[in-house]
Amino acid sequence: MTATPPLLEANRLAVAIGGKQVCRDLDLSVHAGERIAILGRNGAGKSTLLSVLAGLRAPQAGELRLGGATYAALGPRAAARIRGWLPQARSDAFSSTVLETALIGRHPHLARWDWESENDARIARAALAAAGLAGFEQRDVQTLSGGERQRLAIATLLTQAPRLFLLDEPIAHLDLNHQIAALDLFAARSREEGAACVMVLHEPGLAVRFCERALLLFDDGSTTLGAIDEVVTVDTLARLYAHPLREIRDGGQRWFIPA
Amino acid sequence: MPTRRRALLILVALAGLAVLSVLLALMVGSVRVAPAEVFSTLFGEGGGVAGEVVRNLRLPRALAGFACGGLLALAGALLQVLLRNPLADPYVLGISGGAGVGAMLAILFGLSAAGINGFAFAGALAAMFVVFGLAHGDGSWTQTRLLLTGVIVAAGCGAAVALMLSIAPEHKLRGMLFWLMGDLSQSNDPQLALGVLTAVLLISLPFARELNLLARGADTAQTLGVAAGRLRRGVYVAASIATAAAVTHAGSIGFIGLIVPHLVRLATGNDQRLLLPASVLAGGSLLVVADTLARTVVAPLQLPVGVLTALIGVPVFLFLLTRDPQGRR
Repeated sequence: MTATPPLLEANRLAVAIGGKQVCRDLDLSVHAGERIAILGRNGAGKSTLLSVLAGLRAPQAGELRLGGATYAALGPRAAARIRGWLPQARSDAFSSTVLETALIGRHPHLARWDWESENDARIARAALAAAGLAGFEQRDVQTLSGGERQRLAIATLLTQAPRLFLLDEPIAHLDLNHQIAALDLFAARSREEGAACVMVLHEPGLAVRFCERALLLFDDGSTTLGAIDEVVTVDTLARLYAHPLREIRDGGQRWFIPA
Repeated sequence: MPTRRRALLILVALAGLAVLSVLLALMVGSVRVAPAEVFSTLFGEGGGVAGEVVRNLRLPRALAGFACGGLLALAGALLQVLLRNPLADPYVLGISGGAGVGAMLAILFGLSAAGINGFAFAGALAAMFVVFGLAHGDGSWTQTRLLLTGVIVAAGCGAAVALMLSIAPEHKLRGMLFWLMGDLSQSNDPQLALGVLTAVLLISLPFARELNLLARGADTAQTLGVAAGRLRRGVYVAASIATAAAVTHAGSIGFIGLIVPHLVRLATGNDQRLLLPASVLAGGSLLVVADTLARTVVAPLQLPVGVLTALIGVPVFLFLLTRDPQGRR
């Protein structure tokens, strides 16, 4: 229908790490405004697949296009204006303020000799406020708690303002209210600004609540991709996690609890 | 928030400090020269003995000291970012070890000063290629692998140096030890070191903001638009050449490369756009002052300058470390 290429397109993608097959012949296309959850057991290769999609690792086979062009053709700078990546783990070797950390998200938008302007600082402050970190601007990142550090990473990503968010466990370390707030934040970006999200999640109920499609990574290297209501069911989840589950319905929401 | 204005003000202040340190080096010594006289001898021809001393002895030595201090501080700042390790210094990757082996060999063979410099530089480059080749072997070269390879090569070079010291004839030992401790008394031609310093700084500055991102991790930097692999190789080569030039010129002067970037970081923050040039100015000034003290405190005896840099650097560093940075905690 539309002539614009998908934000992310994988053709016959094969990914392996440490002798383990994560996926074979995976076809995936992500369009503006879409939200996709990646589910799988520990070690299934969720983060590995996400880092391949982010252009950090080369796939074993297959082709990957970002907005119609390969990572090699785009170069890192142009790619950084299209996709952003939220890493699972982070470490701060040197101290720096929260505002300075959020401002690194502006890098792909600045020319080589530019310094961050007042406008860039405004964007970073708005992102910090959206992530619930207003008033933290001058704090040293090395003094933040795990959850605050996670929200700072989210704020840095919002400052980068990519069109495709690749989120590796976006709600790790967050308490309940911040989990929902963070997922609401990305859902709002995709509804209002047409951003797309691919997120690794551990809670199928949240995947059902916030995503339209799901990609299930099974331990044998097979994958299932489809509409969330068809793919995320008691039967598939029991197979995915190798543990029986029960489904609880509450209004329009579906939750899954271990049996 | 870092601004260009603040960075320029700090750099101007540090440049003033650098000029003062060189002025001090030109004034004091066995022949005392008043400040006014220094200027007249520098820009004139005459001045008698004082003029000769200032122009031919003190000025080349001060400039060489400034260049070496700047090179070491710059290399240290670059390597701390590359290895994301606050403990990294220019010597951690074995480059000074390689230079040491070369220099000891040259002294054992009884070569001239130029021969010693040539051998030292060749040794430094050899160590750089060995570490690069081994760490890069499988194409991944993580920080840990690079650091471990460098430490092992440095340890091997240290053993080779110790071996040569133990078999060296008595009359060559003093020269060898002074070289190892770091010594500027043989420096009479600062042009090469100053040239390398300018070149490495000018090559690094355009990438300073990318280095800020690299300090936060290669993957994060890559997804924010930095060609991280290429940048890391470039930083490695630039830091190695800076270290090799400094070590070739003045031996292994310790502490400058580790402490000066930290001093600047504690005082002004960790923005490489300011940190790199500020480290050059501060490192250069510190070495010039240390060398001036080294040749005057127990004159006519000359102390190895490496001892003085540590004696000045350690208390200053400890003071800054215990000082509570306002609004940061």
